Amino acid sequence: MRRLMLPLCLLLLALATSGMCLDELRFYLHSDPKTFNPALVADPDSETIRYLTGGVLVRLNRQTQQLEPELATAWKVSKDGKTITFQLRQGVRFSDGTPFGAQDVQFTMTVLMDPMLHSPTGDAFRSGQGKISAAILTPNRISLTFPAPVAGLEKLFDQVAIMSASSPKKEMAVLGPFYVAEYKPGAYVALHRNPNYWKHDDAGRALPYLDAVKLEIQSNRDIEMLKFSRNEIHLINAMDADYFDRLARSAPDKVRDAGPSLDSEMMWFNQASEASIASYKLEWFRSRNFRQAVSLSINRDDLCKVVYGGHAIPARGPVSPANKYWFNTQLPQARFDQEDALRLLQEDGFRLVDGRLVDRGGHPVQFSIITNAGNRSRERMVSMIQADLRAIGMQVNVVTLDFPSLIQRISEAFNYEAAMLGLTNVELDPNEQMNVWLSSSDQHQWNPRQSSPATSWEAEIDRLMRVQASAMDDKTRKRAFDRVQEIVADELPFIYLVNQNALVGVSPALQGVVPVAARPQTYWDIEHIRFSVERANNAN
Amino acid sequence: MKIARMVAIVVVSLITLISMGGSLLPGFDYIRQDRKHFSEGPSYEHWLGTDAVGRDRLARLIHGTRVSLLLAPAAAWISVVLAFVVGAAPGFAGGVTERMAKAIIDLALSLPWFFLLLMVRAMLPLNTSPAVSAAITFSVLGLLGWGVPARILLARARRLRQSEFVALARAGGVSHRRLFGVHVLPNLLPVMTAQFWIAVPVFILAEANLSLLGLGVAEPLPSLGGLLRDLESGLSVRSDLCNFAALFVLVVMVSSLQVAFMKHEVS
Amino acid sequence: MSLWRTLAKRLIMAVIVILVGGFLSAVLVRYAPGFGTDERQLDARLSAESHQAIRDESSAERGIASYYVEWLRKMSRGGLGDSRSMQKPVAQLLMERSGITLRIVAESLAIAWMVALFLVAATWSTHSAPLEKTCTTASGLLLCLPAGAVALLLILLNAPGYLALVAVVFPKVHRYLSDLVGATGRMSHILAARAKGISEHRLLLWHVIPAIRREILALGGVSIALALNAAIPVEALCGIPGVGQLAWQSALARDLPVLISVSLLVIAFTVLANSGADLLADERRQPA
Repeated sequence: MRRLMLPLCLLLLALATSGMCLDELRFYLHSDPKTFNPALVADPDSETIRYLTGGVLVRLNRQTQQLEPELATAWKVSKDGKTITFQLRQGVRFSDGTPFGAQDVQFTMTVLMDPMLHSPTGDAFRSGQGKISAAILTPNRISLTFPAPVAGLEKLFDQVAIMSASSPKKEMAVLGPFYVAEYKPGAYVALHRNPNYWKHDDAGRALPYLDAVKLEIQSNRDIEMLKFSRNEIHLINAMDADYFDRLARSAPDKVRDAGPSLDSEMMWFNQASEASIASYKLEWFRSRNFRQAVSLSINRDDLCKVVYGGHAIPARGPVSPANKYWFNTQLPQARFDQEDALRLLQEDGFRLVDGRLVDRGGHPVQFSIITNAGNRSRERMVSMIQADLRAIGMQVNVVTLDFPSLIQRISEAFNYEAAMLGLTNVELDPNEQMNVWLSSSDQHQWNPRQSSPATSWEAEIDRLMRVQASAMDDKTRKRAFDRVQEIVADELPFIYLVNQNALVGVSPALQGVVPVAARPQTYWDIEHIRFSVERANNAN
Repeated sequence: MKIARMVAIVVVSLITLISMGGSLLPGFDYIRQDRKHFSEGPSYEHWLGTDAVGRDRLARLIHGTRVSLLLAPAAAWISVVLAFVVGAAPGFAGGVTERMAKAIIDLALSLPWFFLLLMVRAMLPLNTSPAVSAAITFSVLGLLGWGVPARILLARARRLRQSEFVALARAGGVSHRRLFGVHVLPNLLPVMTAQFWIAVPVFILAEANLSLLGLGVAEPLPSLGGLLRDLESGLSVRSDLCNFAALFVLVVMVSSLQVAFMKHEVS
Repeated sequence: MSLWRTLAKRLIMAVIVILVGGFLSAVLVRYAPGFGTDERQLDARLSAESHQAIRDESSAERGIASYYVEWLRKMSRGGLGDSRSMQKPVAQLLMERSGITLRIVAESLAIAWMVALFLVAATWSTHSAPLEKTCTTASGLLLCLPAGAVALLLILLNAPGYLALVAVVFPKVHRYLSDLVGATGRMSHILAARAKGISEHRLLLWHVIPAIRREILALGGVSIALALNAAIPVEALCGIPGVGQLAWQSALARDLPVLISVSLLVIAFTVLANSGADLLADERRQPA
C-alpha cells in the first residue's frame, strides 16, 4: 500500500490540476493569417498575431497616442532625420531563451529593407533610394542610418517586431507577451504566454496576466455575435452598429462605444484623363462646384443616424477627430444645403428641367457609383445618397461589385464614374498616406499617375506633403498637413461622409480592457488584461 | 382536389393582381425613404413596417414580387427548354450523341460559372437600368441552370427509349419523329414540369446570392430574392416577424402555382 | 472482356472531360474581371515598386494555354502550384481541407437521401394525402429558404451549420423521387399487382424501385454534384474550413492555381459519380 501512495498522490494531483482552468482569452480572427513572419505582414489577421507576439523597440500607446519605450529604453533621432540611435534594454530573451541584442535589430532591419520584400512595414521606411546602414555601437546600442530623412521615423518602429538573428526557430522566436504554440489552419491559432517576457507590473508580477489567447478563425459575423452573447468568446474588436444596438438592449454591460474611430467612408469622382467615360461627364467631375454641390446634397446626419444608429459623426476631412494630434480642428463642419447645391450648379450652367438636372449641353445628369458588394452599411449609405441626389435632379445608378472587379475598375482600367469606399486600418501619421496625396502616385485615386499635377491645388498638395515628409519638427509638419486638409475640404477630390465609431464587445468577466479608437481597439494593452475574480469562481 | 385548385387559382390571381397593380395605388412608393421611421415594425403609415433605410416594406414586397414573378419563371422556362434540348433529345437518340451530351452536362454541372456571370456584369454598361440588369441576370441564370434538369431528363428519355411500348411502336414502323413527339414527349412533360417548379424558387434565391457579386437586381428596384437576403442576418431572423413576409409570399406563391397549374402525373 | 472495354472507354472519356473542364475553368478565371488584381493595390503604405511587383505576380498566368500545360506538367510530378492569396502550397491547402468537405457532404447526402426515401416510402405505404401535402409543402419551403438562413437557424439551435446542405439537397431529391414513384405506381402492371393483393412494401421494394433504378442512380450522381456546389456557399457562410470555403475565397481573390485544382476536383467527382451511376444502371448494351 505504501508503494502505491506516491503514484496515487501524483495521480490525484494530475487530476486536480487538469481541472484547473487556464486564463485563456478567446476571440475571433476573420480569416487565416497569411503569414507568421512579422516582416511580411500586410493583412489584419496577420497583424493581430504580430501585435500579440512581436516585441517592438517602441510602442505607441493607443490610448494617449504617445510613444513609449519598450525594448528600447531611449532613442534619439538626428537633426537631419536620417539616423536614429536606440539604447536597448538589457537582460531580455526571446521566447526560446535566445538572448536579445543589437545584432537582432540589425538583422530585422536588413530583412525589412530588402527591396524584394514588398511589405507595407518595410515600404514605410523607404524615403529615398539607397541602402540602410546599421552600426552596432555596443551590444545594447545600435544606430540606423537611412538614405533620406524619414518623417515620423521613431513612430514607425511600433510596427517592427524584432526577429532573432540566431535562433533556430527563426521568426517563431518572439519577444512579445505571447508566442504561437499551435496553428490549425482554418480552425484556430493558439498563443501561450511567453515564459521569457521581460515586462513586470508595478508589484513585480510577471506579465502578461493571461496564460493563453485562443484566436479561432470565423468569418461569419452572426456566429461571432452568437458566441459572444453565449460567453464563448470574450472580445469583439469591431462591431456593426446594428449588432451593437441589439446587444446593448439585452446586455448593455457587454458593449462599449469608444467614440469616433480613425476609419472613414468616402466617395470620389473619376477625374483621370484615361477614364473611359463621356467627356461631358469628365467635365462635371472636374468641376469644383459640381463636387461641392454633391457634397452639400448629402445628408450626413441621416447617414449617421440611419446607417450607424447614431454611432458615427459626419466627416470633415481625411483625418478623423480621433487622431488627436493631426486632425485640423479649424475645418468647417460638413453642411447639408440642397438649395446652395443647386445655386452652385447653376453657376456651372446646370438647370432643372421637369425635375431632372441637365448640363449646359442638355445632357441629363446621370452617373453611376460603384462600391463593393456585401458591405451592408455601405450599400445602405449609397442607397441614401442615391435618394439625396435624386432630390436635386441627379440620377444615380448604384452598382455593387465584388472586390477584384472593383479594384480593376478603379486602379487599372479606370472605367468607372464615381466610387465609394472606406478607409480602414488608418495609421495616425499622415506620412503613411503620402501615396494618396502625391499626384504621381498609383493611389491618388481620383487621377493617379500624373506626370505633372493637373491642377494648381494638386501641385500645392504635392509641395505640402513633401514639406511634411522632410521636416523634422512636428510643428512644421502639422502646419503643412493642416493646409492639405483645408485644400481637400475646399476642392473635395474625396467627399468624406462619416467617421464611424469604434464599437466593441467586451466580456464583463474581463478587467483591464480600455477600448480606444486606434487599432487594436480592445486588446492594445493585452499584457494587463485579466479575468476578474468572480469569473475565476464561476464554472465558465 | 378541385376546391384546392380553385383556391390556389384565386391566391395566384390575387398575388398577381396586387403585384402588377399595387404600384398604381397611392402611398405604395417603394423608393421613398422615411428616415424618421426606419427599421420599424407595422404602423398605420407602413403596414408591414419599414426597412433599414425607411422604405415601406409592403411596397417593396409588392414590387419585388412583380420582378420575381415575371423573371424567375422566364428563367426557369429557359433552363428547362435547354435541358430538353441538351438532355432529352440525346437521351432518346442514344449512342455517341448521348455520350457527348452526358459529357457536356457533367461539365455544365461542375464548371465555375460564377466567373462567366462576372464577365457578363463587366460587359454591361454601368448605367444600365435596374430593370434591364434584372432581366439580364435572370436570363443568364436560365442559360446556365439547365445542368441538373438535363441530367434527369436524359436518364428519363433513355429509359423511355428502352421501354417496351417504344420498341413495339418502332417495330410497327412508327417514325422517330412521331415516336418522339407523340409517345415520348408526353411522358417527359411531367418531369419537365416538376423541374420547372423546382427551378423557380431556386432562381429567386440565386438572384439574391448574386447580389453579393453585384449581379443582383440593382438599387432601388427590389426583388423577392433581395428581400430574402435579409434573413441571412441573425438580426432579422430573431427580430421583426415582418422580415418573413417575403418568405411567406414566396412559399404561398410557389405552392399555389404548383397546385393550380401542375397537371397531376396520372395521365 | 466487354465490361473492361466499357470501363476503359468510360475512363478515357472521363479523363478527357476532366482535362477539358480544367482548361475551361482556367479560361473562365483568367478572363473574369479583376483577374490579376490584389487588395494590396489599395494599400497606400506600399511603394510604387511594391505595387508593380504585386501586378507582376500574376504575369505568368496571363498566357492561359501555356500556363495550363505547365500546370499539368507540374501536377504530373505531384505539385499543384502555390496559392497567391493564401501564400501556401495548393496541395497542402487541399489536404488540410478535403477531409472536412468530404465528411460534411457525405453526412448531408446520407441524411437527405434517408429522409427523402423514408418520406416517400411512408407516403407510398399509407397513401396519406395529408402526409403527401405536408412533405410537398416542407420541401417547397426548404427550396425557398436561403441556405444562409437555414445555416444560421441551425447554429441558433446548437446544430452544425453545414446541415444546411441537407436543406439544399433534400427538397430536390424528395420532389423528384416522389413524382417518379407516384408516376411508376400508376403503371398498369403495378396496379395489377396491387389488385392481386401484393403488399405495399413488396410492391415498392420489388417492383417500383427496380423499375426506376436508373433515374435514382442518375439523381444520385446529380445530388453529389448539387451537394458539392452547395458546399461552397454553406462553408463560406458558416466559416467551415473546407474546400468549399477555399474555393469561395480563391474565387474572390481570382487565385488561379487554387481554382484550377478545385475545379478539377469537382469535375472529377461529378464525372466519376455520374459515370459510376450510369455504369451501375446499364443492364445490357444498347444498339446505337
